[in-house]
Amino acid sequence: MVQLHVNGMLHDVTADGDMPLLWVLREQLGLTGTKYGCGIAQCGACSVHIDGEVQRSCSIPVGSLKSTDKIVTIEGLSPEVDHPVQKAWLALDVPQCGYCQSGQIMAAAALLSKKPKPTDADIDEAMTNVCRCGTYQRIRAAVHRAAGFGNGNKT
Amino acid sequence: MTRNSNGTDVSRRRFLISTAAAGGGLALGLHAAGLKTAMAQMPADAEGGEIGAWVFIRPNDDVVIRIARSEMGQGTLTGLAQLVAEELDCDWKKVKTEYPTPAQNLARKRVWGDMSTGGSRGIRGSQDYVRKGGAVAREMLIEAAAEQWRVPAAECRAEASVITHGPSGRSTTYGKVAAAAARLAPPKDIKLKEPKDWKIIGQPLPRLDTADKLSGKQVYAIDVKLPGMLNASIMDAPVFGAKVKSYDEAKAKAMPGVRHVLKVGDTAVAVVADSWWQANQALKALNVSWEQGPNDGVSSQSIHALLAEGVDAKDGAFTGNKVGDAPQAIAAAPKKVEAVYFAPFENHFTMEPMNCTALVTADRCEVWGATQNGEGGLAAAAEAAGLSPTQCEFYKLHLGGGFGRRGRQDYTTKAVLLAKQIPGVPVKLIWSREEDMRQCSFRPAGLCKLQAGLDQNGELLGLQMRIAAPSILASAAPNRLDKDGRDSAAFQGLNPSGAEARFGYAIPHLLIEHAIRNTHVPVGFWRGVNTNQNAIWLESFIDEIAHAAGKDPLEFRRKLLANSPKHLAVLDAVADRIGWGTSPPSGVHRGIAQFMGYGSYCAGAAEVAVSDRGKLKIHRVVIAIDSGHVVNPQQVAMQTEGSVAFGLGAMLYQECTVNNGRMVQENLDSYPMMLMEDYPKVEAIVMPSGEFWGGVGEPTISVAAPAVLNAVFAATGKRIRTLPLKDTKLT
Repeated sequence: MVQLHVNGMLHDVTADGDMPLLWVLREQLGLTGTKYGCGIAQCGACSVHIDGEVQRSCSIPVGSLKSTDKIVTIEGLSPEVDHPVQKAWLALDVPQCGYCQSGQIMAAAALLSKKPKPTDADIDEAMTNVCRCGTYQRIRAAVHRAAGFGNGNKT
Repeated sequence: MTRNSNGTDVSRRRFLISTAAAGGGLALGLHAAGLKTAMAQMPADAEGGEIGAWVFIRPNDDVVIRIARSEMGQGTLTGLAQLVAEELDCDWKKVKTEYPTPAQNLARKRVWGDMSTGGSRGIRGSQDYVRKGGAVAREMLIEAAAEQWRVPAAECRAEASVITHGPSGRSTTYGKVAAAAARLAPPKDIKLKEPKDWKIIGQPLPRLDTADKLSGKQVYAIDVKLPGMLNASIMDAPVFGAKVKSYDEAKAKAMPGVRHVLKVGDTAVAVVADSWWQANQALKALNVSWEQGPNDGVSSQSIHALLAEGVDAKDGAFTGNKVGDAPQAIAAAPKKVEAVYFAPFENHFTMEPMNCTALVTADRCEVWGATQNGEGGLAAAAEAAGLSPTQCEFYKLHLGGGFGRRGRQDYTTKAVLLAKQIPGVPVKLIWSREEDMRQCSFRPAGLCKLQAGLDQNGELLGLQMRIAAPSILASAAPNRLDKDGRDSAAFQGLNPSGAEARFGYAIPHLLIEHAIRNTHVPVGFWRGVNTNQNAIWLESFIDEIAHAAGKDPLEFRRKLLANSPKHLAVLDAVADRIGWGTSPPSGVHRGIAQFMGYGSYCAGAAEVAVSDRGKLKIHRVVIAIDSGHVVNPQQVAMQTEGSVAFGLGAMLYQECTVNNGRMVQENLDSYPMMLMEDYPKVEAIVMPSGEFWGGVGEPTISVAAPAVLNAVFAATGKRIRTLPLKDTKLT
């Protein structure tokens, strides 16, 4: 039994300690917005926040997490889908297939919480998630737009 | 609630609720409005009415538009809705969409037509009948209002879901007359609007499917959850077609959560467990071995040798385009140019790995999946289940990427073959990324030998192009091969005539051939298909010829395209935008290319820099596309932007190789994608000239890579003929 703090609530989950957080979120907590893409922490589709840091949940064993680690998934990023990043994504119609976008949004939100006015170089460095549809140009523009909303440090 | 023959409760409503909690109820196609599924037996008056096959209108004026094609990111869902809404004259803000299911299409004699989504045909292949569907519904709604008012329908008009009777000024809404309209006979003669009168078609409207993709609510096939569902991971023969020899079942069965270890056909083994991760861990512990076979020794080297024989083979090649006598003209020419190009196997790498959920009983098979071919998926499910298609259903969900991979239904077949062994229990089969990359239908590897002859003035006398490659049609759709075995798809963009993909250059002597050299590696449709390789080969070589002739690559092309005004127009557009003929910034070099594909004219221009240490930076790519009509220019721009990543990622980094008969690359550590930092500034020039319907999702990919490769030559003097480029030092 593992206790996880996810989206502001404590959850008791029954899982082997070496089971990745991703599968606990998806299968036990029903939080399917966090996606399986590669399983080796490269594509970023499984990105979540743990204590404000963006992390790739496919490679984090639940046994390594404490109940005090605050985990936030795409479902918990904002109550009304109104995080500046989500608003910017909507304004620029960023997603195509959309499968990677939960992870992209989580990565962008974490970036803005640390660097409210990121440069293109900051974006290149922080946004390493794969988008097979190739929405990179609109993601870049949307990150800048979200920064312009002025409260990019909201998470 | 339905009860299965074996007594297991399987409530579709419970399924709906569980997925609706994740926010995706409507998208699942399970309670499609008025489609008379087992649970939707609502009288038309209570919930609205179906007005013709394509439109359902609710009393609250919601307009539900049926979408037969699949949405995989390409924006077709929104575009098709715009086409219907244009003729329907409805309020765009009230538009919602739903997927009719393949079984409903079958039951209603294919009233929604072809459900397959590929070849950039989603819009152009259905625009005529879906617009008519919208117009039929508009006429029925007007008729219903006129009958209520007892006035001639000709005195009434519709705009934004409101019907107004001109002489009296009375008005009503679509929602109020929908139930009455649903009972009318559809009109026979329908006249579509003139393009000049379009108000919704041609507008850069936001996509209809964006909101749920920002919140995690969008339910993809991999997210489906059914009561009592188990999860499975599978491994098929790494050497394609080899039969399973042995595996350590006891070890896997002793692992946590494992319920079943099952063979799937002769070649694959699956583990079924409570959690997919548990299933996949146990699968790794199975230590499966396969029978030895004739393909165990196949390697990239042996395939290369096969292709090399093909480019020089005297006989047996199929002809795609022939003018005059190119071999003789080239032989007699005072100046000759010759080169051989190579493109490797490629993987689609959809972000959502292949997966499918199936529930099979003695007399029923239901499947939840992401497919580019709903009817093909239904047929595959029925065949695997051993049932009639009328006993089956395929619930379509949005795709987490398709790119041609999800036209093939192998994942549906396997899920049903697996679930059939555990009747009454829903099983979600997810392929690990490694399995997804091993078991693909790969873009074919190919060699292309090009030869040209020039006269003393550098004028092109003859061009010969011999492709040696596996045939996609032979592997993926043998019924579409020509009678003599010719693969017409091999000549995409190289055809002498036709609206689909005409070779634009006028060359006095021309010969384009394809030597089919099939291997054991299954090949299939990969976004852009053969257009991509054909464009890289031809447009790089045209550049080589221009340089050999001492001519400007743009002007050389312009002269050859003098009789192809639409090809020329897109080429001129990118040349103008990139600033061809002006001095680029210091250290920056330019390249240009044009190609036609999927009924659309495309051109690309690029600006690159190569550092002293050989590092390539692609600064800027300009792409122009003339697709005739444009339904949503923003979507066309988005597809164009995305296509650059697809084309350049492959050109720069990606290669699937073969060793000991199996594919070597199994994940992103060996098959990298283009990321943000390498993605150039992309400018899409959407320049519809009207009067025809070209495709959009694929054609622009083809011009990005040759434009960059030609710019790399301009920067370094190195002609990259073997892809991917990462294998070549640019210093």
